[in-house]
Amino acid sequence: MEFFRRGGKLNIEAILGVFNRALAYGTPLFLATLGEIYAERAGILNLGVEGMMMVGALSGFVVAYATANPWMGVLAGALAGGIFSLIHAFVSITLRANQTVSGLALTLLGTGIAGTLGRSWEGKTLVVSIRPFSETFFAKFPPLMSMIFKDTDALILGGILAAVFLWFFLFKTRPGLFLRSCGENPSASDTLGVNVWRVRYLATFFGGIMAGIGGAYISVAYRPAWSSGMTQGMGWLAVALTIFSFWNPLFALVGAYLFGALFHLAFRLQVFIAPEILNSLPYLFPVVALVFVSRLAFRKKIGVPEALGKPYRRGETE
Amino acid sequence: MGKFRIELSLQPKTTSILFLSLVSIVLAFLCSSLIFWFYRVSPWEAYTVFFQGAFGSWYALSETFKRMIPLLLVGVGLSLSFRAQVLNIGAEGQILLGAIAASWVALFSGVPPFLMLPFMFILGFLAGAGWALVPAVLKVRFAVNEVLSSLMLNYVAFNVVLYLIGGPWKGKGVRGFTYTDTFPEAGWLGTIGGTRVPYFTLVVGLLVAVMGYFFLKKATLGFELRIVGSSPKTAQLLGVSEGRITLLVMFLSGGLAGFAGVGEVAGIHHLLRHPSHISLGYGYTGIIVAWLARANPLATIVTAFLFGALISGGDALKVSLGIPFQVVSVLNGLILLFLISTEILSRYRIVWSSSGGVEN
Repeated sequence: MEFFRRGGKLNIEAILGVFNRALAYGTPLFLATLGEIYAERAGILNLGVEGMMMVGALSGFVVAYATANPWMGVLAGALAGGIFSLIHAFVSITLRANQTVSGLALTLLGTGIAGTLGRSWEGKTLVVSIRPFSETFFAKFPPLMSMIFKDTDALILGGILAAVFLWFFLFKTRPGLFLRSCGENPSASDTLGVNVWRVRYLATFFGGIMAGIGGAYISVAYRPAWSSGMTQGMGWLAVALTIFSFWNPLFALVGAYLFGALFHLAFRLQVFIAPEILNSLPYLFPVVALVFVSRLAFRKKIGVPEALGKPYRRGETE
Repeated sequence: MGKFRIELSLQPKTTSILFLSLVSIVLAFLCSSLIFWFYRVSPWEAYTVFFQGAFGSWYALSETFKRMIPLLLVGVGLSLSFRAQVLNIGAEGQILLGAIAASWVALFSGVPPFLMLPFMFILGFLAGAGWALVPAVLKVRFAVNEVLSSLMLNYVAFNVVLYLIGGPWKGKGVRGFTYTDTFPEAGWLGTIGGTRVPYFTLVVGLLVAVMGYFFLKKATLGFELRIVGSSPKTAQLLGVSEGRITLLVMFLSGGLAGFAGVGEVAGIHHLLRHPSHISLGYGYTGIIVAWLARANPLATIVTAFLFGALISGGDALKVSLGIPFQVVSVLNGLILLFLISTEILSRYRIVWSSSGGVEN
């Protein structure tokens, strides 16, 4: 690990660099994962995260570009992702169709929409993007502060706070319990008076909003520019991360930033190893991780919501 | 309104399947008008260009056939895997692996010319199959969801091709471009006179579709495969190993995708180039080809032709009207969504009767 040392001493700057880039890269992944955790906890498997992120990234960019206000972009991304997810909600909850295929279709549709409608913005960059605290708030503070939180911006901070809140909501409150019960045993929840249909719709919608914000984060903050392939499979990583984090928002926090660090390290290792090979690592890593997690889940019976991916219909038991 | 009731029928009728499939395609086209409108092209004009580009001339038709071949090979393989309820989403990567293996044989193996094509196809099949066995083994051995693992491997295969064409396999005479040298002519597939349609892969595709149909219908193994797909519990009672069937269908579908990849580089490009040029998303479109065919290998002949037309029509839209090629992705996604939505309807049947109201 030569680049962490300079002249025999630990290179603090390089380490902080990894930390900062991990935060920046992990955030969109993390936001999308939080949404998917909620959808899956309610029993809806949405493989359309990649498509929702794409739609969110495009709407976010276009609105931020037009209004010169990145926050309007984030809002637009959230709305677009949420509305887009309702397609999946309708097809899989109301029509009770195959959720795996519906999610795939959503991804195809989302990538297609971003590619066709986004063409005229291809290669454009944002003049005003979301700026990190180091340039705004911490600018008046001693340099150490702005060094540690060099790339931290409001969305990163907001994401971390959201994770804590979402964890609390899911595991410590009554509505959170209702949500989880819809994913574990919808007919029992129905008997107890939980509106399974509504909970699942809301959870899927929330998943879409979060994926949309994640996508918008990429196009208005992480890399304030538009190119149609900019999510690069991150939506799929979010689906994988949902599993590694055992459907727990707090574990997702750790996982996403670990991923972020890996991405960044892969980038730094380009000097030694061909970039194409390193670029495959983020996709190989989840496969390896899935092996361990699946074994663990299999043995200990933890995690997987019992009714995940199964359509619910009143009066019908398996 | 007369009196009728709605019955649930487990065996949907062929006519209703055909009708609903047609409805899905029409609806998808109608929805995509929004995109044409966005490009300030009247939908009517877009559809005209589209159909001209897909069927309007001999050239257009030959382009459709050219696109149909990989879709057919992939579609038949995926039909088998879907029948066993194994969702192989990694055909895109498996195609690329076939293309890589074929390029290696053609450029670096030094096999004598008369053996070159056979070796390319055999090795390409095995490379695709081997790539597909990774998620298969992970599923059987570690219960890893095959959708995610096979999909992740697409990105890996994509990057491997990029690495090869930009690094060790970069052609000597290509300067700034990133692709390999052209294959020796012994590694080129013959084409139907005056077109760019390789006949060998077309014939193999059609044969495989017929064989796949009879395999499912008549062979014991095909029966076992269907049992695993339709009722895992029954399969267990009959002593059919689910794991073995999973490995088999992944091997076959991956192999056929690899074979399709060989066909693309040997028949059309004659070199290894950027992955998005080798496969225009055939691996993903193949999923819909198989789904629309209701995982019936014989029906994939029709659906592969339709989606071949979709791709060549999409090409025409790009060339004549400047609408990005991703419009094909939009149509694919919409068709798939409408298909699974209307599938629910195909299970119901309206029965006219003299008594009783609407029942469910």
